[in-house]
Amino acid sequence: MLLIHCPYCEEDRSELEFRWAGEAHIARPENIAAISDEEFAEFFFLRNNEKGLTYERWRHIHGCGRFFNAARDTVSDRFLMTYKAGLPKQPIPVASKAAAIAEEKTVETWEATEGDAR
Amino acid sequence: MADFAMPQRVLPMTGFHGGSSVVRLEPAAPAGRISLRAKAEDVSALSGSLGVDLPTRPKTSASANGRTALWLGPDEWLVIDESESGLMTAAANSGVLHSATDVSHRNTAILISGPGAEAAINTGCPQDLSLSVFPVGACSRTLFGKVEVVLMRTGEEAFRMEVWRSFSDYAFGLLSEGAKDAAL
Ligand SMILES: [Zn+2]
Repeated sequence: MLLIHCPYCEEDRSELEFRWAGEAHIARPENIAAISDEEFAEFFFLRNNEKGLTYERWRHIHGCGRFFNAARDTVSDRFLMTYKAGLPKQPIPVASKAAAIAEEKTVETWEATEGDAR
Repeated sequence: MADFAMPQRVLPMTGFHGGSSVVRLEPAAPAGRISLRAKAEDVSALSGSLGVDLPTRPKTSASANGRTALWLGPDEWLVIDESESGLMTAAANSGVLHSATDVSHRNTAILISGPGAEAAINTGCPQDLSLSVFPVGACSRTLFGKVEVVLMRTGEEAFRMEVWRSFSDYAFGLLSEGAKDAAL
């Protein structure tokens, strides 16, 4: 079972208590009526869908109920850090970055096991 | 004569009993409950008028004057009154901005006790319930099988599980199975 650290409950809790809530740090335009259709599409619909390090919003929906931010590696599924909602994008601690890179080398992704064989 | 026309109170889980040689399960008595939301600066005024200190640390609770306040989130509490009365009035009398919703009849509770209580709950709950991590007085909103519950440890071998009344049948049934497993 994957454990996720909730910055409000201040402890690791089961992934069952959490819900993913999309990409983090997307600022709503200050005057949404003034932006063009293209800018609206960019803000509203388009997401980076990064492979690797990504910043996401998560919600401890069956715990404290709070939204928070998480840095997660979408390849290894490892949570590198979590922090409270409202804080600016936080740099990844060096130690967990190194651990994630080390893990990436051993993780069995489709690309690692199948991709090159084709 | 007019008894037919009088509304009868039907409690969820009336007559339910269950457990095993190591777990005792029983429906809790009816209680008054509010779901309370407030900002940090208003906590002391609310604590004063409720007669119980709203806890501000995660996973903690406080009890006084027949009332128990359970921390659910940074600005959210479940307050339980054994006497079934006065919580809404007490919150209103605080004079500070808050949101209080009477959920007395939305929730019901199951009391789980005995040396196998921890194991019975862990059949459907992912939290670490060992005494060092979840001590007496600890509480948390969490999951039990498919339903959301609020769990509180009331003694070394005793828990209270607050559950929505329409889910209580399911929760009691799953706990009964867990109680049997805990006795194996
Ligand atoms: Zn939480």
